[in-house]
Amino acid sequence: MRLTSPLRQVLGTGSAKEGVRHWWLQRLTSLALLPLSIWFVVSLVALPAFDHATVVSWMGQSCSALLLILFVLIGTWHSQLGLKVIIEDYLHGAGAKTLALVLVGFAHVLIASAGVFAVLKVAFGGAP
Amino acid sequence: MPSRPLSPHLSVYKFKYTLATSILNRFTGSALSLGLLGLVYWLMAVAAGAAAQARAQRLLSLPFAKLAAAAFVFALAYHLVAGIRHLVWDTGRGLERAQSQRSAWAVGILSVLLTLAILAALWHGGAT
Repeated sequence: MRLTSPLRQVLGTGSAKEGVRHWWLQRLTSLALLPLSIWFVVSLVALPAFDHATVVSWMGQSCSALLLILFVLIGTWHSQLGLKVIIEDYLHGAGAKTLALVLVGFAHVLIASAGVFAVLKVAFGGAP
Repeated sequence: MPSRPLSPHLSVYKFKYTLATSILNRFTGSALSLGLLGLVYWLMAVAAGAAAQARAQRLLSLPFAKLAAAAFVFALAYHLVAGIRHLVWDTGRGLERAQSQRSAWAVGILSVLLTLAILAALWHGGAT
């Protein structure tokens, strides 16, 4: 039995059929980012200098490389989820909204890939 | 597409500082998306080698870039503390008006203190 009225079915309004998935992912990623961002800030502050040799030896440790990759991946994920809501809220007009969502999505995949690639390159000794 | 009312009816709210904490949370979140771009730019520079990293850090040590970096530190501190407030709300706690007004002040004060602590630690380390 459908509880929606015939008019509503024709207009196609209603829920986005996504349930609470977006909301829940936003919370999960924020929870993961709490320790990760604290670790990131503490590690940067603890670095004695920001010259290439120091930074490379820090990023070359398995533990910092792994945490840095997690920070970049989960950070971009959380960022994409957040910007999606802002675009949906404030950008009116279906065309502009869809275009912005697609571009922001692509940009985040690009940023995440570039970040992971950079960390792996340094961790595997590929930074000259 | 049928035009429907969209959720943030910004103009119908009376402005109060609790509203400012909500707006600032979104604003700092968007700023951190840009900060992520900066972070990945720096990681790519590290991966590209000593010369590229030195070039990137000359750019990042310009007065304007230093000011922007300080602003990103505040954005991270604020979004972190305000995010914890949101996670507490999600458990159903602290939603009474007096409680949320108190936590609004707590978020403001804690985020400024955290920002100053991080900037002081960076300054003390001589890394900037």
